[in-house]
Amino acid sequence: MTVINNKLDRRSFVKVSAAAGGGIVLGFTWLSSCSRPERAEIIPELELPDTWVNMNAYLKIGDNGVITIMSPNPEVGQNVKTSMPMIVAEELDVDWQQVIVEQAPLDTKNFTRQVAGGSQSIRAEWDNLRKAGATAKAVLVAAAAREWGVDPSTCTVAKGIISSETGDKVSYGEIANKAVDIEIDPETVTLKGISDYQIIKTDRRNVDMQKIITGQSLYGIDTKVEGMVYASVLRPPAFGQKLQSYDDSESRMVNGVIDVIRFKEKIAVLAHSNWAAMKGKKALKAEWIQDTPAENTEGHNEQLIALLDLEASEPRRKDGDIAKAFAEADQVVEKIYEAPFLPHNCLEPMNFFAHVTEEKVECIGPIQTPAGTQMQIARALDRERDDVHIMLTRMGGGFGRRLYGDFALEACEISSLSGKPVQVLFTREDDMASGIYRPATKYKIRAGLKDGEITGYHITEACVNGNMYGLIPNFFPAWCIDNYLVESHRLDSNITIGAWRAPYTNFLAYAEQAFFDEVAEVLGKDPVQLRLDLYNKAKQHKDDERMQWSPDRMEAVLKLAAEKSDWGNKGSDVYQGVSVYYSHNTHVAEVADVIIKEGEPFVKKVTVAVDCGIVVNPIAAKNLVEGGVIDGIGHAMYGDLLFNEGKPNATNFNAFRLIKMHESPQVEVYFVENNDHPTGLGEPALPPAGGAVANAIYKATGKRLYSQPFVKTMEILG
Amino acid sequence: MGISAKLSNFIELKYTASFMANYTLKINKKIHQVEVDEDTPLLWVLRDTIGLVGTKYGCGIAQCGACSVHLDGKVVRSCILPVASIGNKQITTIEGLSEKGDHPLQRAWREHDVPQCGYCQAGQIMTAASLLKDVKKPSDQQIEEAMAGQICRCGTYNRIKAAIKTAANIS
Repeated sequence: MTVINNKLDRRSFVKVSAAAGGGIVLGFTWLSSCSRPERAEIIPELELPDTWVNMNAYLKIGDNGVITIMSPNPEVGQNVKTSMPMIVAEELDVDWQQVIVEQAPLDTKNFTRQVAGGSQSIRAEWDNLRKAGATAKAVLVAAAAREWGVDPSTCTVAKGIISSETGDKVSYGEIANKAVDIEIDPETVTLKGISDYQIIKTDRRNVDMQKIITGQSLYGIDTKVEGMVYASVLRPPAFGQKLQSYDDSESRMVNGVIDVIRFKEKIAVLAHSNWAAMKGKKALKAEWIQDTPAENTEGHNEQLIALLDLEASEPRRKDGDIAKAFAEADQVVEKIYEAPFLPHNCLEPMNFFAHVTEEKVECIGPIQTPAGTQMQIARALDRERDDVHIMLTRMGGGFGRRLYGDFALEACEISSLSGKPVQVLFTREDDMASGIYRPATKYKIRAGLKDGEITGYHITEACVNGNMYGLIPNFFPAWCIDNYLVESHRLDSNITIGAWRAPYTNFLAYAEQAFFDEVAEVLGKDPVQLRLDLYNKAKQHKDDERMQWSPDRMEAVLKLAAEKSDWGNKGSDVYQGVSVYYSHNTHVAEVADVIIKEGEPFVKKVTVAVDCGIVVNPIAAKNLVEGGVIDGIGHAMYGDLLFNEGKPNATNFNAFRLIKMHESPQVEVYFVENNDHPTGLGEPALPPAGGAVANAIYKATGKRLYSQPFVKTMEILG
Repeated sequence: MGISAKLSNFIELKYTASFMANYTLKINKKIHQVEVDEDTPLLWVLRDTIGLVGTKYGCGIAQCGACSVHLDGKVVRSCILPVASIGNKQITTIEGLSEKGDHPLQRAWREHDVPQCGYCQAGQIMTAASLLKDVKKPSDQQIEEAMAGQICRCGTYNRIKAAIKTAANIS
């Protein structure tokens, strides 16, 4: 196979580089990461060309007209491996059936943000992806026009065929190798009008579909490299513990075990198979010591509750005079909301492959933050950043856990110490017990009510090892209530915490949306109307540049959800609850329908209205929203991780309950039609779900749920 | 709880006592000779010894269903099935469910664009295939019962259910 590199675009983000488009990538990733976009029916594999021309870092064109589009960002289930190449293909103007998608490796020279996090991939890369496709198209058109001696502006393109006014026609495949000397500045190209879209806004199926449903190698855990060994790692069983001594004699007797290596506070068992490595780990005898008091949930709860009554040294946001508002109020409503730790429980447990040699550090695996992890590895091994190469695999879930490169670092450390190519695999028990959890958190919310209005709002957060991030105090209900105070307290702990799908808002949204439901009842207002009135108030402040959320868009999603759910008009056996939230630049409203089934409340249906701007791939966008709602409900209903003596009470799915098919409601999804800049969907559908369900359950049972998981609270309430 | 407690005893007791042995396995209509420890679960024989990686590890205690395969046409959890217990039985994995990846369930999975991360889907399909073998037109309740041991962490349950119905020609 011949590869020709185009010289264009050196000045810009769409640089050509041998590393990005040349032999290294082709040789290493070609077979493992090519994916054909799927159609409804199976058609024969696309025939590969004899020659590829690299147009820029995002795409190459085969002499037979087949196009390869690189998907730059890590695929964690949010569908970017399909939707990002769709955007390139749209502007390139090619037939999607002729496109092969390839996962790009970490390439900080050519790509700007190879991160799966914060629901930002589509929003952040929308312009780059469009320009990459449009620039390549402009170059190909310029080459054809030069051949024909006509002005490029007189040429037209449809599905990879360039036509002149006089009837000349040439395909991208035919002209590409004549375009290698043409340079066009991406900032000067014309982008398509939305009404001309033929790929964006249409349903395109997952490009990895065939591999997923036939079980081909795709995930990090599937990585097989000549000579590799498997490592199972014994980590401190409780948070705050350190390794004192260990005896590996029985471990070394296990068939298949090659070596046992201590690194830091951990012990790695290397073996020829995962099974042998796991058995070898079970056979280790280790003694642990603890310098700090062992933590437990009861202790956390007492301390968090105490923190809720303290005044924070620095408020996170303060508007008006909250003390005066409460002093003058007719009534003050005060409630406390509580949530436990949550593990991420990606179904593919943490794993990573590393081969550390004098020459380089070769890594393969599932990671949401390859660039950050590359730096972490380089620092830990005292290597140059460019020595560290990371190939990205499809991820069996992330939910925030794979933002942290601890497992990649472990693989590198073990490979460095053993000199072997190593894959580290967490057992499920490792995965759940060595987590970077959603922190246990409590909120105290107070509202001052006067003359039928909310005149003051004071929310205090107390969180284990964390504080809400800086944008949150400016989310709803900021600007809706004149006297507004947000405070946050952190309880230091040995337990590691981190981002869990929609960090902080995954629980905060429930607390606030449940609270407003209760306030609406006290004020004798319909919960939908109460929210609409609050948005109206915020509209006066639309010019404040701190305000990322839009009261108009909140109103639109709420009205759409109310209409589609038949809000307020359901029969007496269906109980509805509403919840609306803005996070990660997307506005979402949800109405839950609860019925009583065998004497228990059951969530039958959730109606969702979403404003995420242009919907790039509707069939996948709906899937993500459905999943976000079901995930949100599942964790609000059942998710519960407690600590005793520094250890979690659950380390596998026999003790940690995840939602199942028969517990999942129908989810109906509606998108607000607009042509605004697209925003992400990996997270925003999750935060409102818990509130909608809690509010509907209240209607059905008369019981307010102040604590997650709801099943436990309902059991206590009886 | 029963299964996991039993399994952990099994591992505790066996780790030093097990020995390597030769096994002849019939997997996807092919014969494979393997030399592994007698207590090795079929999952790891498939993945690490034979290189069939479509069957996934999720929990190791038969609680999530990611490792589901067929043993003489019946769905089993390969993560707790010691290789020594298989004998002559025919093993079918996701790679062997259909020759061209066009089993009615695979076609329906594509039609409904079911997967998100996709990791659990091989197990979901294998479990659903076993159901449809026994029950041609399952009711919603029969589908839910058959799939109750399958975890999808991304929450694609509604599409899985819809795809099973499509594959079974239930409108």
